[in-house]
Amino acid sequence: MKDRFKKFNFFEFLYNYGTVFTIFIMFGFFAVVTNGRFLQSGNLINILRAMSIVTIISTGVTISLVVGGFDLSVGSVASMTMAIGIAMFVWYDQNIIVAIVAALLAAVVIGLVNSFMIIKFNIPDMLTTLSAMFIFNGVSTTFSKGKIISQNMIMSDGSTSTGLIPQVFRNFGSVPQIIIIMAALVIVVHIFLTFTKHGRYMYVVGGNPEAARLSGVNVHKYKTIAYIFSAMLAGIGGLLLAARIGQANPSAGAGYLMESVAAAFIGFSFLGAGKPNAIGTFVGALMMVSLSNGLVMISVPYYSMDIIKGVVLVLALALTYYRKKD
Amino acid sequence: MNNFELSMRNITIEFPGVKALNEAKLDVRHGEIHALIGANGAGKSTMMKVLSGSYTHWTGDMFLNGEHINIRSVKDAKSLGIETVYQEVDVALIPYLSVAENIMIDEMIMDMHGKHFVNWKEISNKAKAVLKKLNVNLRVNKKVEHCTLAEKQMVLIARSISRNCKLLILDEPTAPLSNKEADELFRIVKDLRDQGVAIVFISHRLPEIFSLCDHITIMRDGKHIVDMLIKDTNQKQVVEFMLGRSFEENYPKYEAEIGDIAFEVVSLSDRKMLKDISMHVRKGEIVGIAGLVGAGKTELCKALFGAESILSGQIKKDGQVISIKNPTQAVRHKLALVPEERRKEGVLVAESVYKNLTLPSIQQFSKYMFMLLSKERKVAKEMIHDLGIKTPTENQKVKNLSGGNQQKVVVGKWLIADADLYIFDEPTKGVDVGAKKDIFELIGRLVNQGKSVIYASCENAELLSITDRIYVMYDGRIVQEVKTKDASEDEILYYSAGGNNYERQI
Repeated sequence: MKDRFKKFNFFEFLYNYGTVFTIFIMFGFFAVVTNGRFLQSGNLINILRAMSIVTIISTGVTISLVVGGFDLSVGSVASMTMAIGIAMFVWYDQNIIVAIVAALLAAVVIGLVNSFMIIKFNIPDMLTTLSAMFIFNGVSTTFSKGKIISQNMIMSDGSTSTGLIPQVFRNFGSVPQIIIIMAALVIVVHIFLTFTKHGRYMYVVGGNPEAARLSGVNVHKYKTIAYIFSAMLAGIGGLLLAARIGQANPSAGAGYLMESVAAAFIGFSFLGAGKPNAIGTFVGALMMVSLSNGLVMISVPYYSMDIIKGVVLVLALALTYYRKKD
Repeated sequence: MNNFELSMRNITIEFPGVKALNEAKLDVRHGEIHALIGANGAGKSTMMKVLSGSYTHWTGDMFLNGEHINIRSVKDAKSLGIETVYQEVDVALIPYLSVAENIMIDEMIMDMHGKHFVNWKEISNKAKAVLKKLNVNLRVNKKVEHCTLAEKQMVLIARSISRNCKLLILDEPTAPLSNKEADELFRIVKDLRDQGVAIVFISHRLPEIFSLCDHITIMRDGKHIVDMLIKDTNQKQVVEFMLGRSFEENYPKYEAEIGDIAFEVVSLSDRKMLKDISMHVRKGEIVGIAGLVGAGKTELCKALFGAESILSGQIKKDGQVISIKNPTQAVRHKLALVPEERRKEGVLVAESVYKNLTLPSIQQFSKYMFMLLSKERKVAKEMIHDLGIKTPTENQKVKNLSGGNQQKVVVGKWLIADADLYIFDEPTKGVDVGAKKDIFELIGRLVNQGKSVIYASCENAELLSITDRIYVMYDGRIVQEVKTKDASEDEILYYSAGGNNYERQI
């Protein structure tokens, strides 16, 4: 046993605990430079609120990564559901159920289109979803004619829209609801991926599709399910964004793509998982968002923030990918 | 002719947890073909990686013509004229470049000396000259991705000798080749030897070692066991040295009670290869599929399992016509396939042993879609114990297992799935003799339980010792069916090669 302690491997340690380690250092640093304001409960809740949408969208990306795919269309899916949801209220005077169902149906359709192109035409996942990203960004801006959809907006015929966004819907976007929804979704996805046979099949499909197929796994079915889930989670993210800001900006979802992808990849190494996983993604998002939050608190100008975010991201990924050569 | 006498002494190398080489030694000299042999995990490949500069942290001494040398990088090795052709040829080739470019790639990288433009004419002429030296007929502007495996190997050999090659390492070069292709390779290797090149030849196949090599070094557990002249030894002795114990070369035939027809196909054809295949397997029967590489054995195995689409034909199980359009349906009908390309198709290398073992039967280990994790682990552990899979724990990743043990994992997963018909496609490829024997024992156990086995292999000796009946394939058709006890290796080879009227000698 003594031997094992002696052979403590620094890089192995970093690989397993690097993300957690980075977050601790970051929190410590911000706590010191803000005289503790960073760690006040108000701010922590702020961080959780701000990360909820990124986390949910990123969980979707994670599921697509699990089956060996890569969903780049999540941002535009979020824009779509945002626009459709708000338009249902404002333009068509629909109730909350119709709005949510319509928006999520659109998400499912995009997930189906993605998986259909990937499976039937054999286009690499990243290229398919890249194309889908362009297409559905365009669809959502066309749908809203490039304008922000909000209550009392001027319609193209000169009249003013009459529909209202119900308060029940807006409430989803406020604290604590939005944080609870995020936590619930992360836990559900985690349980799904880790403790159900479907989750196991998905990891297997991602690990070696041919071996999975020859073991009797229906590879196409699980790829399709993964892309539908990915789109649905992105769709939920879009709806929550709509609920939070009470209007639909037709390209607001696009901004979430990169942070979601980053969070999912940082999540790989969480506690040495070495593969995409929901809890890790949550931690990745926590890292990205608390960094932005801390930087705002110490008054780093907004135009320079991306430099620091990028540097921290590359360091976190270095911890994941730098293994001692054997 | 240049002298080239290389000695490796007391070579030791350690990886976390394993001593891969332990004071190993090797002597090779110009003008000889030196066989390096040992069971899987004996350290042959590691030894060659040390010699070719892939590993830097070895200890020990190396001498070239009596002088101390130190190889710590691939460049060091290449500048001494040491070249390697690895088993996985595709790794070393750039598929969308031409044969000429692939042959001359080292020169294009190393010998440009500040030039920035490539003289394509010169490249192609030089490549042609190298191929001519090897006496190989291959178009130099053909893209490598369109070459056959044997041609790719020729390209790699040509690349190795395009520069000043003194020592050529061939790592299991014949494993994927047909007999005819292998003969061509042997001719080239002999030519090179006669031109004064030293050759290290790694192989599991004893007959070819005995017909080709001059000298043999046997390794076991990372150690040098013995080196001898080929003419002073025999196959039986070599196997004994490899295993450290004596070994019965003829595998015992497991006799089982043969019952009703369990599985039958009637005039099955696919789009490309298979034509009008009809065959059947009985309960408790081991049916061999013989044929040369490219005869359609793998295609047949995959088609039976629903992994390749079929055009026409009927599949019957226990007398009932069934439809198998994809592997999922095949598994539901209790078929199992142990595919040829183990790492690519058989196992999930990055997953643990237990997850691999339970994959086809997850249904058994889940209730309302939730996994019964402790039951899963328990069954996997039992299987590991039962098959003697050498792994520290059930959590070990499959990529850290040796070839033979990986194969046991592939077989084990179908045992857990409790299939009725097992289709084996070249299960002993790249597996050492010990593990081979274990696999045959396993197949014997299967038929004793009344299961049926289809066993496709190009090792005719294996087919003759373990099967009950053999179908011989040639060019996508079954050309002959023989009872194993009446057949000989000659006869099978005769039909595999396209002959159609073999007269048995009485």
